[in-house]
Amino acid sequence: MLSANQVALAYLVASVFFILALKGLSSPTTSRRGNLFGMIGMAIAVATTLTLTQNWLLIIGGIIVGGAIGSTVARKVQMTAMPELVAFMHSLVGLAAVLIAFAAVNNPLAFGIVKAAGDPIPGGNKLELFIGTFVGAMTFSGSVIAFLKLSGRMSGAPVVFAGQHMVNLAMALAMVGCGLWFFMSGGTNWTAFIAMAAIAFVLGFLIIIPIGGADMPVVISMLNSYSGWAAAGIGFSLNNPMLIIAGSLVGSSGAILSYIMCKAMNRPFLSVILGGFGTDTGAAAAASGEQKTHRSGSAEDAGFLMGNADSVVIVPGYGLAVARAQHAVKELVDKLGEKGVTVRFAIHPVAGRMPGHMNVLLAEAEIPYDQVLEMDEINSDFPNSDVVLVLGANDVVNPAAHTPGSPIYGMPILEVDKARTVMVVKRSMAAGYAGLDNDLFYMDKTMMVFGDAKKVVEDMVKAIRDTLIK
Amino acid sequence: MIVDPLITNLMVFVLAIFVGYHVVWNVTPALHTPLMSVTNAISSIVLVGAMLAAGPADTDWGVWVGALAVVLAAVNVFGGFLVTQRMLEMFKRKEKKDAQ
Repeated sequence: MLSANQVALAYLVASVFFILALKGLSSPTTSRRGNLFGMIGMAIAVATTLTLTQNWLLIIGGIIVGGAIGSTVARKVQMTAMPELVAFMHSLVGLAAVLIAFAAVNNPLAFGIVKAAGDPIPGGNKLELFIGTFVGAMTFSGSVIAFLKLSGRMSGAPVVFAGQHMVNLAMALAMVGCGLWFFMSGGTNWTAFIAMAAIAFVLGFLIIIPIGGADMPVVISMLNSYSGWAAAGIGFSLNNPMLIIAGSLVGSSGAILSYIMCKAMNRPFLSVILGGFGTDTGAAAAASGEQKTHRSGSAEDAGFLMGNADSVVIVPGYGLAVARAQHAVKELVDKLGEKGVTVRFAIHPVAGRMPGHMNVLLAEAEIPYDQVLEMDEINSDFPNSDVVLVLGANDVVNPAAHTPGSPIYGMPILEVDKARTVMVVKRSMAAGYAGLDNDLFYMDKTMMVFGDAKKVVEDMVKAIRDTLIK
Repeated sequence: MIVDPLITNLMVFVLAIFVGYHVVWNVTPALHTPLMSVTNAISSIVLVGAMLAAGPADTDWGVWVGALAVVLAAVNVFGGFLVTQRMLEMFKRKEKKDAQ
């Protein structure tokens, strides 16, 4: 049996390991060691806590069951399915936090919140339990919706109805009211506590449904942040600094990612969270669009052009993930390499459905990461590039971002319109998420190649291979 | 003079946010997805709370709720760290290739 001080010291060591885990991610070379540090920290935390408990069989059994499920999922999941996996895992943290809060209200003695059985929970802890529960509950139901939208089990389109924000506001106030009721009540007011948790569940659901598919990078980062705050909230209620530290690290990480994503779309966080983007503006833009002509070509023509270029920049977007085209792209890169063409990738921060989504897909296809550049690194190189191949991206390359008055005005974009030739692989001329027409598609130097990204890229590879044989 | 634990916790909280802020800004954008999965694994530190909930010898419903929370959090601990490792391995394969 460890003394309280020994436990606290072990928790301190674990906390330091968690900080080192995040620090490791500053570069791919140190990242694996960082992840290992994270595992060590978690192992120390769990082993230490085990000495404080009695039901070892139940706890270790639970860890084995959960661990088996988690390991299987981690091994089997497709890289294209990472966004929904992350959303799914956020929901588990949220639900676990709520369950723990219920258990803590039921038996505060087990957590050291009260000195003797039957003592009332101190006011401060009640407040913290309230915060931990509602953040956890909203994380859970919000993440479930994000998971359903990302995995395509539910339409990614925003769900909006009249008075939506008023309903949400009323529910938020009712939730805080129940929290106060719980806080003020003398003993353990279960009615108030359960009502508060129930409202928080519904609220989490309502907050996420109006947010559309392409805003998911912000949503998923925000839920990441919430899951951290939920853990920190539980840490406050249990007077456990390790939970507070780990939770705050995660909370600030998610908040920073949300900020980066919003900045990359040049939209205020509040406007993303209030949702409904890309619904009414889309109709207006489509109605006013005059007849414009575009040039389209075959995948073979495109392959031929790329094969004769000196430098090609590939701009991947969500369409690449949907078509699971990353391995076909790797083949294209190899074939172009054989022809002596320099190939690089340009990644927009919000390309895909979560931060860094494209980087992981390209890494999976074994494309070296020094060929994969961020927007700021490559934007000045576009005027010197022979060919830009846009694969399933739209809004992030829309020159309308430079036009005052456009809904996406001011959004930082990949300036592919400055390249000598632009090729856009797309399924149709349909507008992108923002509901805007893209002038890039109508430029003289642009060639549209219609079709599924994977199929088109495979055809390009064939065309280039044929020229290599000749 | 004894400081309320709430205040001590608040100090830890604020300082940890500062640490998190500085550490996360240094994460390379290419690794933002692994960052999300590893922070996910770290936030499943609530496993500690779940274990305490499932800990008491006299079994009532709270213990079972705690046990369920243990399972959920454990899914995340293992799933989060392992999927992060899998992703980071992909970033490694190419380093080797470059070295050759």
